[in-house]
Amino acid sequence: MASVDQEEGDAGREAGTDSQDRYDGAGSSSSSGSAKTAADGNRAGVGGMINPGRYGIERVAYWLMRLSGLGLLAYFIGHIYETSSILQGKMGWDEFLAITQTTEGHILLAIVIGMCVFHTVNGIRVMLGHGGVGVGRAARPDYPYIPASQNYRHKLGIYTAIVLAAIAMMYGLAVMFGV
Amino acid sequence: MALQAAAGQASAQQTGTQRTITLRIARSNPAHDSSTTGFDDFDVPYEKWTTVLDAILEVKKSLDHSVAVRYSCRQATCGSCGMMINGRPRLACFTKIDELNSSVITVEPLQNFPVIRDLAVGFDSLFENHREVRPYLDRENTELEGVPDGELKEYPQSPEELEQYIQFANCIKCGLCNAACPTMATDSSFLGPQALAQAYRYVGDSRDKGKDSRLKVIDDSHGIWRCHFAGSCSQVCPKGVDPAMGIQLLRGYMLGFGGGSGNNNQK
Amino acid sequence: MATAILRESTIMKIHYGTALAAVALVAVHVLMRLTSGGFAASLEYETVLANYRFLPYALMLEIILVLLSIHGFNGLRVILLELRQGPRYEKAVSYGCLAAMFALIAYGSRTIIMTNMGMV
Repeated sequence: MASVDQEEGDAGREAGTDSQDRYDGAGSSSSSGSAKTAADGNRAGVGGMINPGRYGIERVAYWLMRLSGLGLLAYFIGHIYETSSILQGKMGWDEFLAITQTTEGHILLAIVIGMCVFHTVNGIRVMLGHGGVGVGRAARPDYPYIPASQNYRHKLGIYTAIVLAAIAMMYGLAVMFGV
Repeated sequence: MALQAAAGQASAQQTGTQRTITLRIARSNPAHDSSTTGFDDFDVPYEKWTTVLDAILEVKKSLDHSVAVRYSCRQATCGSCGMMINGRPRLACFTKIDELNSSVITVEPLQNFPVIRDLAVGFDSLFENHREVRPYLDRENTELEGVPDGELKEYPQSPEELEQYIQFANCIKCGLCNAACPTMATDSSFLGPQALAQAYRYVGDSRDKGKDSRLKVIDDSHGIWRCHFAGSCSQVCPKGVDPAMGIQLLRGYMLGFGGGSGNNNQK
Repeated sequence: MATAILRESTIMKIHYGTALAAVALVAVHVLMRLTSGGFAASLEYETVLANYRFLPYALMLEIILVLLSIHGFNGLRVILLELRQGPRYEKAVSYGCLAAMFALIAYGSRTIIMTNMGMV
């Protein structure tokens, strides 16, 4: 039994009907579907999902992965549209190429290169993690409970992805601006 | 709501031999009036060993008895007093004021759970998701045929087999992992790290034979595949369960990597 | 991609598989830009046209198009499913992403096929 309010000293806490009835009074419902809907009231939302300050580099990698994925999809769609201009012959191709061969175009492409490299390297890290690779072995935990899955291998993977993305961007800029 | 102490006052000051802290408590009562939410500030004395829960109970005892908080064991065993403490999910009974290194401590209800009142949240969805992954040993009734009435049947297990899941059996269902999870921040249908780690706890148990039915439950559009290995759940777990590890090992098993599960008991 | 047709584990296996395959092929595609007489020269009309008309390269472009479309729109589906929930919304997202994927593949294939077959 849960002591929801000012009561002290209730022994233990179970997920029984007793506690469920109490929650009903707070606008929640005993049925699972509506309980999930009621939970939306206090959801952290997109801001909480991003939260770069409290959960370390792993959380940063999480939203960088999403952002780069969305950015790359947008670029991919644009690239398919851009290359279709070849069907309009040399003039059409050259016109479209002129739009992209500007300083802004080069900077945009450099960002795409960075996103691509980060998404690839971090994606391989995440995929390995999803396969259970490099997440440690299950074992009886000892205080102070340092989680084995949050190990240096994965942190190193994230930093490597960021550094490689930065290097690739610089190389891309050097190539595009002919340095 | 009346303030019990001057807001914004620099605290953690020496008052005789005792120091004080400003405790900011989130106040709301959605069932009564969903429009009124805010914080009440209280100056609370504390010692080196004072926990956040002690401070909240001091407020209830001496300053404002109407503050709603759920707690029970005061020793990180029951999982009742989870809340956002300075923006991070923690157990109030397991967090000393001294270790926060802050003159103002803000306590809010756990994120991603519906607020009942003030710091108390509803755990319906947590328990429901927990039930969905069948958190018990699944065996055939026929195995008990031939066992005389009154006698017990043992399912032996080696220490090595125990190591495969014992870490995940430490879960106290405090909900901190679900509050920290970035997927849970927006996905109300996601099973959540607590339930998924418990799914691995039973899949990894050599005595269990319910792997197939359990995997069917989690192989859903809001199941295990919505975990993106951000690891926030493991960072906040007060019992060393490491849900992120359990989820990845389980997913590894589903992907055919073996995933560290020593349980091949479907034979 | 539609959850009614495939199990989520199958969808995600496809997601991982398309990612790995695309990494290898996109690397070849990018290297072609850098090795065809420099980046600017590789984008000249004649060079690009020659690339498209070289059948193995055109096939590779087609495979990249399919792989990235599947991977990209499934990724979008995952993000959208996590943002909001509800049976109608989720169905709309799943089938919407599937339709967008087919549309993009069709549009990109048109460019590749027509250019390869000398219809430009």
